[in-house]
Amino acid sequence: MENTVSLKINGIPVTVPEGYTILQAAKQANIEIPTLCYLKDVNCIGACRVCVVEIKGRRGLVASCVYPAEEGMEVLTNTPAVRKSRKTTLELILSSHNKKCLSCPKNNHCELQKLSLEYNVDEDRFSGDEEFPEVDDKSPYIIRDNSKCIKCMRCVAACKNLQSVSVIGAIRRGYNVHVGCAFEESLNDAPCVGCGQCVVACPVGALTEKSQTDKVWDAIADPDKKVVLFTAPSIRATLGECFDMAPGTDVEGKMVAAARRLGVDKVFNMNFTADLTIMEEAHEFVERVKNGGTLPMFTSCCPGWVKFLEHYYPEFIPNVSSCKSPQQMFGAVLKSYYCEKEGIDPKDLFVVSIIPCTAKKFEVTREEQFALGMPDVDVSLTTRELGSMIKEAGIMFTGLEDEKFDDPFELASGGGEIFGATGGVMEAALRTAAHILDESLEVTDFTEVRGQKGVKEATYTVGGVKVNVAVASGLANARRVIEDIKSGKKDYQFVEVMACPGGCINGGGQPIQSDSVRNNVDLKALRSEVLYTSDKNNSIRKSHESPVIKTVYGEYFGTPGSEKAHKLLHTTYVNRKK
Amino acid sequence: MEKKSVHAFNGTAEQEEQLKAVIREHHDQPGGLMPVLQGAQEIYGYLPYEVQSMIAEGLGISLSEVYGVATFYSQFSLTPKGENRISVCLGTACYVKGADKILEAIEQKLGIKSGECTEDGMFSLDSTRCVGACGLAPVMMVNDEVYGRMTPEKVDEVLAKYMNNDKAGEAQ
Amino acid sequence: MTIEQLNEIRESKRELVMVRKLIKEEGEKLAEKTGYRKQVLICGGTGCTSSGSHKVVDTLEASLKKHGLEDEILVVKTGCFGLCALGPIMIVYPEGCFYSQMTPEHVERIVEEHLRDGNVVKEYLYQETVHSDGSILSLNETNFYKKQMRVALRNCGVIDPEQIEEYIAVDGYQALAKAVTQMTGDEVIDEVLKSGLRGRGGGGFPTGKKWAFAKAAEGDIKYVCCNADEGDPGAFMDRSILEGDPHCVIEAMAIAGYSIGAQKGYVYVRAEYPIAVKRLQIAVDQAKEYGLLGEHIFGTDFSFDIEIRLGAGAFVCGEETALMTSIEGHRGEPRPRPPFPAVKGLFGKPTILNNVETNANIAQIILKGSEWYSSIGTEGSKGTKVFALGGKITNVGLVEIPMGTTLREIVEEIGGGIPNGKKFKAAQTGGPSGGCIPAEHIDTPIDYDSLIALGSMMGSGGLIILDEDTCMVDISKFYLDFTVDESCGKCTPCRIGTRRLIQLLEKITSGKGELEDLEKIEELAMHMKSSSLCALGQSAPNPVLSTMRYFKDEYLAHINDKKCPAGVCKSLLHYEIDADKCKGCTLCARNCPANAITGKVREAHVIDQTKCIKCGVCMQNCKFGAIEKK
Repeated sequence: MENTVSLKINGIPVTVPEGYTILQAAKQANIEIPTLCYLKDVNCIGACRVCVVEIKGRRGLVASCVYPAEEGMEVLTNTPAVRKSRKTTLELILSSHNKKCLSCPKNNHCELQKLSLEYNVDEDRFSGDEEFPEVDDKSPYIIRDNSKCIKCMRCVAACKNLQSVSVIGAIRRGYNVHVGCAFEESLNDAPCVGCGQCVVACPVGALTEKSQTDKVWDAIADPDKKVVLFTAPSIRATLGECFDMAPGTDVEGKMVAAARRLGVDKVFNMNFTADLTIMEEAHEFVERVKNGGTLPMFTSCCPGWVKFLEHYYPEFIPNVSSCKSPQQMFGAVLKSYYCEKEGIDPKDLFVVSIIPCTAKKFEVTREEQFALGMPDVDVSLTTRELGSMIKEAGIMFTGLEDEKFDDPFELASGGGEIFGATGGVMEAALRTAAHILDESLEVTDFTEVRGQKGVKEATYTVGGVKVNVAVASGLANARRVIEDIKSGKKDYQFVEVMACPGGCINGGGQPIQSDSVRNNVDLKALRSEVLYTSDKNNSIRKSHESPVIKTVYGEYFGTPGSEKAHKLLHTTYVNRKK
Repeated sequence: MEKKSVHAFNGTAEQEEQLKAVIREHHDQPGGLMPVLQGAQEIYGYLPYEVQSMIAEGLGISLSEVYGVATFYSQFSLTPKGENRISVCLGTACYVKGADKILEAIEQKLGIKSGECTEDGMFSLDSTRCVGACGLAPVMMVNDEVYGRMTPEKVDEVLAKYMNNDKAGEAQ
Repeated sequence: MTIEQLNEIRESKRELVMVRKLIKEEGEKLAEKTGYRKQVLICGGTGCTSSGSHKVVDTLEASLKKHGLEDEILVVKTGCFGLCALGPIMIVYPEGCFYSQMTPEHVERIVEEHLRDGNVVKEYLYQETVHSDGSILSLNETNFYKKQMRVALRNCGVIDPEQIEEYIAVDGYQALAKAVTQMTGDEVIDEVLKSGLRGRGGGGFPTGKKWAFAKAAEGDIKYVCCNADEGDPGAFMDRSILEGDPHCVIEAMAIAGYSIGAQKGYVYVRAEYPIAVKRLQIAVDQAKEYGLLGEHIFGTDFSFDIEIRLGAGAFVCGEETALMTSIEGHRGEPRPRPPFPAVKGLFGKPTILNNVETNANIAQIILKGSEWYSSIGTEGSKGTKVFALGGKITNVGLVEIPMGTTLREIVEEIGGGIPNGKKFKAAQTGGPSGGCIPAEHIDTPIDYDSLIALGSMMGSGGLIILDEDTCMVDISKFYLDFTVDESCGKCTPCRIGTRRLIQLLEKITSGKGELEDLEKIEELAMHMKSSSLCALGQSAPNPVLSTMRYFKDEYLAHINDKKCPAGVCKSLLHYEIDADKCKGCTLCARNCPANAITGKVREAHVIDQTKCIKCGVCMQNCKFGAIEKK
């Protein structure tokens, strides 16, 4: 049994495991202490001083997010001194904050705004006269507005600790401290992978995705455009959160209904191209294994991961599967097969993807992927952007009746469904690869690669072939795996990487829950549960068994890895500078 | 925002070799970044983009971390210094004896502010913390030479020494 | 190296060094035995080097050679003697003659008349050492030195810091030998604990307690760090010790390492102290060469090594956790405590950090015992304290006094009073973290607790004397400007608070202050004190709070009357020419950098207030006292 300590918080006795902070202990007494710079699993530096509390017998106030609970300690979280300090801290932050709140993308979801209201601050009490810094909006995916930044360093911690990318950091010191890239470069020019974990970490409006909803509205309004929209596997598990539904609610039917009400012509299911990716990728893997190709093979569906590898480990480019991501495959299928089938000029087709990701906004601009001389996907929107469009359109999401995706891309396998969670791509691929290697096998569940661990490993022997697999989510974990491969410490044949910890369900484009939820609830587990439940209930579990897949290959691509498939569904990569 | 160094980088191959040696020396030392930055500044006189990139690459850390450290400490400079580096001590002992007036006089004379470099690159001016010559307060330094018991009037005299030298240098 | 070898070196060099400690007759007898008739000690510290002592040394050596005296007269370059204002300083033993403000020209004469012919050149002596009857006083009889007690500075100005043998001659490394061969780690810690030694870096935490915590902490790797990143503007105690007696720091660190079970030490020293860094490096190299650092020290199982790391100009790195973060190669931002460094410090290992002056006391405590040490000082503050005495005081320099000495003794006796007949206004201690002691408290004994009670603090030892010409609002702005610059920017209260605070002070000194600004200042100051992450932010408002406490009337004068009583704040003063006194000599007009003064020759001149930049040059130049500051 682990050691415990007993203490009193506001007179309430609590007993907590040794090593708990006051902040954690307070929760056991049902006391919520406000925080700004603290973010569970990401940042814990005691810097903002909003979470200060009093300890009896100790001078001054301490930051509860970092102060360990000690035996016999008496903590007071709600004294005049504590309230006054929090209020003054907030007023100081506001004195250098660009208080253009009405039009701020984080209005109503801003942690600073929420606390300011709670603590009844005077926002102009210590007003400064400093000029606001410039906005960096050069990248196609993220906007950094340092006039809103409160220097909590959550984005820096996410970039460094979760992702080991460390492309942003604290610059200079004192009042001049600010977050940015080296030599004040734009994110666009720095080796940023675009994962958006910084955006999700930001408690205020300093980091937001570059919104492209206007482009979609314009296309919808354009009578010459046929607008098709498809949603990534994880959107159904998270979109409800934009409408205050509980995390972990499956809203697939409402999502389809709402998307249709936006006025798009078709709403498709991207799980189909998840299946398609598996078909191509599993075949590619088997080919590599059989023909002595470069191993281990890395998955390629995550654009943050791919860009990471291009910047930081270009020597491993031959290891990356040549498969485009499901988003790009879908775009290519729509502008080729679908247009041919429906008699549409691809130029008139406007493809919108709903993706839980900011890096996808970069992926759609990759010219080496333009199979038809134009972008496969025209606009890639985050879950948050879809949520805001639905609100803007006045659609009462929670009351909608469930609807189904449109034909011909309605159905998909359970393998496609779990693509949105770490281990999902690997499991789906294994289901199909196992079938290719040994058709008699009836394995479906590869549970070793499921769950929220940063790196998962397993060994399978199928059809006489022994395969060591690794699954990493979060780029810091991916880096560990690559370094282990480089040093020869590990021998893998197949590696799945998703840039965001937990996979797409925790992507940089997902709804941002308030700190009080995130610091207490395991969002990743709740959201991925939606996908695995749906997989379990799906009558088709394996990608190669999906009827849509069979049709598309039958009517168009022939076999996986065919020439046509290569032209439209595969791609090449770019060696980028660090 | 200006990207990278405004001044053209004129590093030589010899300097690069020296830097590489410094990086090698500290590569496996825990916390080696600071000594490397200090060594690099000694070699190049400042820490431009190119130099910090080599350091980041050499030590296997991100450029933004190198830059974060380089901009945290006041000893590190991102811009080249003047041929003659003037510093005026603004430590307490000097301040209460009027060091701010010395600084002002130099600023006026050279037409630059503290932290800047004259256009011809001859002088750069900085205010520094205590240089430890409190007995001579107020104190200014040009390169390694200390000038104590300064008055605003004496500024001209001190600067003239270096200006004449420069002119003599130009004439040659 | 064995203890026997250590003792051998000590004995072989002892007489040579003792000549500098004994006075006259005794010294002369001893001098005969050493082979050197006379020894000339010249300060090679930063202060004297700045005033040209290296040129003096060069001239001296050349001149001795010229006169064929180089084998009879020994030249020793030492660390700081303390009286920096009189540099370059040169002392001749065995007489103990104190020559001040030496120039190469003086040296020639001293070589011929004094060193060769034996006649002291009285006119070059520090005048206070020349008695009215013509006899010469030794250094220790002067006012400046009389009240001092040199423990930490015991070897500064006595030995050649670049010669380990001279340090050994004055019992150097005996304490380390005693500790590792005769004492357990706990006994060492106990001795330090009983001595009552408190950290000299500012906080005043009991040193022995710190060591005991680190000893108790689990871990096979532990570190000993020495804070030599002396950052207080106007403080140079640690620098002087490193320049004058670097081995005492090394010895103390090794003793500390032995007591807690550490194998490695780091000295984090300001890069702006080139002489200190150089001497420290020489000392470390010598100690390694002599086996006093390295494996199996004195044949025991104890091994200890020291690495020097240079700071890079960040005051906050004086804070212990920030210093460690900096050694680790990061931005020098402090970390929250707990965990305290004694449990989880450098590289996550148990670590103790002591500053240079604290270390300078350790060997003496081990050798002479805690009882001896704790007999010096006051109830709560044992031992001595070194101060860098500066500002408006005659004897600018380094002084070491027993705790409990009053401020009056320091200012009036040791310091020689305020120059130019001005009045003592206040003393500032603790630098940007401290506060001021006003004239009414001049009889306060200097120790940790009395200073805290007065709203100031001991700090690391800067002691700046302010006279009536100092504006207290301006001086608090000066210190705050420093902390604004040096705040690391990590926590909100310090990052934004210091900035808003200085803006309020600027508002007041520019004549735009309102009464409610004082309330805001106080509120902000209290907020920063209670809620900042580290000591820098918590103490940053002290200079403001302290001056507001004792000199509220000055603040009010700035706000209500729009006047700066000390005549410092430019926006609140202007210069006027008294037409009756002005002779029309045009000197002021010619010297005015802003061309703000006009007038015909032999007619009264006028200052155009719109052009005047208030530099005061006109007033300094006027020979008739016709220009007034109002």
